[in-house]
Amino acid sequence: METFLEEINKKIHGVPLQACYHCRKCTAGCPAASYMEYNPNKIIKMIQNGQKDKVLNSSTIWLCLSCETCITRCPNKVDIARMMDVLRQMAIESGVGAREKNILKFHEAFLASIRSRGRINEPMMLVNYKLKSGDYFSDMGAGLEMFMKGKIALLSPKTKDMKSVKGIFDKTQSK
Amino acid sequence: MKVSYYPGCSLHATGKEYDQSMKAVSRALNIELKEVDDWSCCGASSAHATNFDLSIALSARNLIAAEKDAMDVMVPCAACFNRFKTAEHHLKGDKELKAKIEGVVGARYQGGIAIRNPIDIIYNEIGIDALKAKVVKPLVGLKPVSYYGCLLLRPPEVCEFENYENPFMLDKMMQALGADVKNWSYKTDCCGGSLSISKTAIVVDMCDKLMAAAREAGANCVVTACPLCMANLDMRPSQGMKLPIFYFTELISLAFGLAGSTETFKSHMTDPQPLLSQLRLV
Repeated sequence: METFLEEINKKIHGVPLQACYHCRKCTAGCPAASYMEYNPNKIIKMIQNGQKDKVLNSSTIWLCLSCETCITRCPNKVDIARMMDVLRQMAIESGVGAREKNILKFHEAFLASIRSRGRINEPMMLVNYKLKSGDYFSDMGAGLEMFMKGKIALLSPKTKDMKSVKGIFDKTQSK
Repeated sequence: MKVSYYPGCSLHATGKEYDQSMKAVSRALNIELKEVDDWSCCGASSAHATNFDLSIALSARNLIAAEKDAMDVMVPCAACFNRFKTAEHHLKGDKELKAKIEGVVGARYQGGIAIRNPIDIIYNEIGIDALKAKVVKPLVGLKPVSYYGCLLLRPPEVCEFENYENPFMLDKMMQALGADVKNWSYKTDCCGGSLSISKTAIVVDMCDKLMAAAREAGANCVVTACPLCMANLDMRPSQGMKLPIFYFTELISLAFGLAGSTETFKSHMTDPQPLLSQLRLV
């Protein structure tokens, strides 16, 4: 049977995680490391140790900002940003879900907006996110101010060929 | 020169100042923009954070649409630019994936057009001297730090910018406009934009650190080329930490004295007009 490490390496499809010698350069440059449960290099170690549940259940994989500082500076070119994407996708597909629930709900609202219109309609996407997350009241003041300044486009044009956009979702999403 | 133009969702909404100033500056520099036909969202962070194939396919749909015009495609939004370059990188490097994605999109990807950010086009095609020659109102007294954020430059193998740890193209452009650019170490640090709505407390903290560093460098404003950095830095820092944030194209437009150049300042969340009137630039 495939180990957790082998499974991840296959999905990253690049430099295997064993190339990491834990110099911690990724963690030193990571702007989100101080907010994370486990540092980025610790996640690699945990994958090597086969701690699948702990890794997929961690807040770290959701707090990663995808700023790609880690892969840019890694002396061995281990693609940690891609690894975080792989872990998030595994957490979703395996039914573990997201430890940081609102972050996943935001992604879902964002993708739902693309699926229905081809382009993001910010007010509709944000209302959808608020309904999903139950976080109704944050940013009300900012939202109103943006509306007053004309930054919020209530009616934004859609992509015309929605069949092709929907087709992309249907063919790439297992659900 | 003539290029395809992919505005992306941001530039038609919270980043409309970027779209407006980009178009005005392009006209002034004789860059003709032809919008990509029936474009759709690039998928941004939410696609790649949750579904790899979806993220590549959403970007590929637009690259294929842009290929029909057979011109370089200008992508002002750093996030869209990053996603397009990433899709190009994977599609060119992995034949199996390319075949799979072409099946998903229902069209062939040729890979024959260059994906370019306006910073690259203006710096490398138009040039600093041409920029300088068009300045009618030097930005004297404006002390920006340049802020590239993360998505424009990283990873370097994908984005193909030189000096990705200490880029200077924006700095040179701002100097050409007469601004007193301040040096700082945070040019390519992340502002936390992708979690701005879903994890706001962390992002406020990150923005405050950047604003404190900009002030320490002696800056009185920040110049950026990313609509997500703009929205985030313009809105999220704590009271008392905020500085005016500008798109680089807004400052080019202002220094060129283009019609309507001050219009876009009105919709900034952190009002830049007091600073600009104090410096007699508006």
